[in-house]
Amino acid sequence: MARYVLRRLLTAIPTLFFIVTLSFFLLRVAPGGPFSQERGLSPEVKANLERVYQLDAPLWRQYLSYLSDLLHGNFGPSYNLPDFTVADLFRVGLPVSIQLGASALLLALIIGSVLGIIAALRQNRGVDYAVVALATAGSTIPTFVIAPLYQLVFALTLAWVPVAGWGGGALINKIGPVLTLALPQIAIVARLMRGSMIEALRANHIRTARSLGLTSFAVVVKHALRGAVLPIISYAGPAAAALLTGSVVVETVFAIPGVGRYFVDAALNRDYTLVMGTVVLIAVFVIVFNLLVDVAYALVDPRVRYE
Amino acid sequence: MSGFRFKPLMLAALMLGIASLPAAAEMIYNRGNSADPESLDPHKTSTIYEAHILRDLFEGLVMQDATSGLIPGVAESWTLSPDGKVYTFKVRSDAKWSNGEPVTADDFVYSFRRLEDPATGAEYASMLYVVKNGEEVNTGKAKPDTLGVRAVDPKTLEITLKSPTPYFLEMLTHQATYPVNKASIDALGAEWVKPGKLVSNGPFTLAEFIPNDHIRLVKNPQFHAAGEVKLDAVNYIPTEDRSTAIKRYEGGELDSNDDLPTEQLADLKAKFGDQVKIGPYLGTYYYAIKTDKAPWTNPKLRRAISLLIDRDFLAEKVWQNSMLPAYSMVPPGIEGYTPAEADYAEMSPLDREDEAKKILAEFGYGPDTPLKLEIRYNTSENHKNTAVAIQEQLKPFGIDVSLINTDTKTHYGLLEQKGNYDFARGGWIADYKDPESFLGISRKASGNNYSNFNDLDFEKLMDEAAGAGGDPKARMQKLAEAEKILVDQLGNMPLLYYSYHSIVSPKLKGWEPNVMDVHPSRFISK
Repeated sequence: MARYVLRRLLTAIPTLFFIVTLSFFLLRVAPGGPFSQERGLSPEVKANLERVYQLDAPLWRQYLSYLSDLLHGNFGPSYNLPDFTVADLFRVGLPVSIQLGASALLLALIIGSVLGIIAALRQNRGVDYAVVALATAGSTIPTFVIAPLYQLVFALTLAWVPVAGWGGGALINKIGPVLTLALPQIAIVARLMRGSMIEALRANHIRTARSLGLTSFAVVVKHALRGAVLPIISYAGPAAAALLTGSVVVETVFAIPGVGRYFVDAALNRDYTLVMGTVVLIAVFVIVFNLLVDVAYALVDPRVRYE
Repeated sequence: MSGFRFKPLMLAALMLGIASLPAAAEMIYNRGNSADPESLDPHKTSTIYEAHILRDLFEGLVMQDATSGLIPGVAESWTLSPDGKVYTFKVRSDAKWSNGEPVTADDFVYSFRRLEDPATGAEYASMLYVVKNGEEVNTGKAKPDTLGVRAVDPKTLEITLKSPTPYFLEMLTHQATYPVNKASIDALGAEWVKPGKLVSNGPFTLAEFIPNDHIRLVKNPQFHAAGEVKLDAVNYIPTEDRSTAIKRYEGGELDSNDDLPTEQLADLKAKFGDQVKIGPYLGTYYYAIKTDKAPWTNPKLRRAISLLIDRDFLAEKVWQNSMLPAYSMVPPGIEGYTPAEADYAEMSPLDREDEAKKILAEFGYGPDTPLKLEIRYNTSENHKNTAVAIQEQLKPFGIDVSLINTDTKTHYGLLEQKGNYDFARGGWIADYKDPESFLGISRKASGNNYSNFNDLDFEKLMDEAAGAGGDPKARMQKLAEAEKILVDQLGNMPLLYYSYHSIVSPKLKGWEPNVMDVHPSRFISK
């Protein structure tokens, strides 16, 4: 197992290198640059800016310079927020996005699983239909509808919570964003769990367990769950990577200073360094979580073995 | 009883009473400000969102009051030489940096040189191109110390201009001309702008800056007019999502916001009444026309298109009256200047249509032989709706409009490189209160001349206006004549004038409407 993990980590390096290179050049192909704007710059001022930000060097030299900086852990200054380095922006924003994403993921896994199990146990009865309906609604209603609705009802009408803002991380500010992030995930996990649980409950060893007189709880939790949880784990990996790096919609509507918005804003602003930073960030998260998922598989399912 | 001591008892009671008084509540202004500043270094600034914050942190030679009128800043008085080229500013004796050091004329010499120094990469270096050697220094042709700025003594600053420039004082209200603290920059380098370290000379200092969250400014006790500043702190809150901003305002989390979702304007006015502030703003929304590309090389054909566009409809239906119909390039509101409007501003729609049809027929275009026109605009609901409305307006006359929408960077990237387009949407907001700001962009040499307008008479009049600096009336006259040419020849096709649209709590005092939309927190209280 240790050898397997090590091997995966080693192959991650060329993967990251390829992603960085591809992104770097694709980004430069997009028309416009960080300084194209409504108030056009005079050619002299533009030339000055390009020199200061080293955009006047030939592309291959910019690339090598960026690579060497990256290897020293230097993501460079943000072009559009030059008071901050990309690292500064992540240092402030990443903990925020992670807090929200982790809470949402935890809620989703727990509540979604519970709902899914209940639905599976009471298959084709009232409870099951209710859960399926809820799940469909949760995964089809977009977050940019849920968020303003939450603000309208709970913040403006009932005045129980603030409308938006991070509030320095106060719990009351987190409720809205976490719920909005979690709702679609709960829906998906519930459906997954329901499906895989129904499948797992049909297995032979479950029949044996029941015939041996084991309690329903023991049957479900100790025996069926282990098999049923595998699709959830597969789903949770990429979902975690996406959730922990923030959601543009939730962060914009709730005015949360996370890193999610950078994925869109930086690209639209052609903030080259910030875009590269976000690309590296999400690549690392996806690689790490995919690895964690595979390891979890091996731990949960004794039939899976890695050399 | 005589032995009983009342006095100490009463004293104790009094002290207890005083101690139990609630601490005086801090006056804090929660100010919604569309976007985070790109930088708090005045020399790296470029957007109006930074302007609001920098105006609170720093003080330039001159400043703007609550109605955007010019007032003395660090300079308490100034004189102009008879030839109109040399300004001498007297620096006030009580001007201080937030660390207690005095602000001197040398601070301005250092700051202006830094603004023009090509190594700084200042986007607004052009603000000081009117100063002697400003452009030369910025393009690397001269050393920064040849810039026409001199400290005669620590309290006297002398600025030499290239030629008489009547709007120079207005230009000095721009944030790029604010002074920066040399000692601080030398010691801290790029870190000098960080909260707690930023040394500034304005009514407030920088306490916190959390990107995408808030910027907290606190009152600067070293400011020479600190006694008049009523606010204890200002929180600038970036409100990218305008719908959320309105909800936050409603919930009391914001005391004002600088923008409104214009598509909800009717509802907002109904709900908030006169808390919604709308008024003329010095900005023009226009379409650039590629005048060097056939068939747009002919001004008559350009005129035909302009005649057919119903600007009233655009203003009322597309922009919900948050914009006004425009027939001149320079918006109204600049004292001493009357914008030159197109002659068809007064014509009836039917007459305009008739003339347009005649022109189109002359060129051989009509419903059976359509004229193809491509309009480019950058992503925004309102830009799209405007373009679609125009497409509908032109269709019945045999003009086949196709629309291309690209994101803002792509849009302006293409225009900068003088790419291939017919009509392209543009907007221009005044940097300073002078018609030159709007007309200068159509000069042949301007990087903002997206129409590639090149008219000899226009250039001549603009040069004459620049030369008439000593006689403001004559100068304004020349500028108006130049504008007439621009408008008649359609070097740019003005469509709408901007307006500011903000929402302001009735609790705020000192927020005065004005065409530059400046609201220094120094004059605001709750």
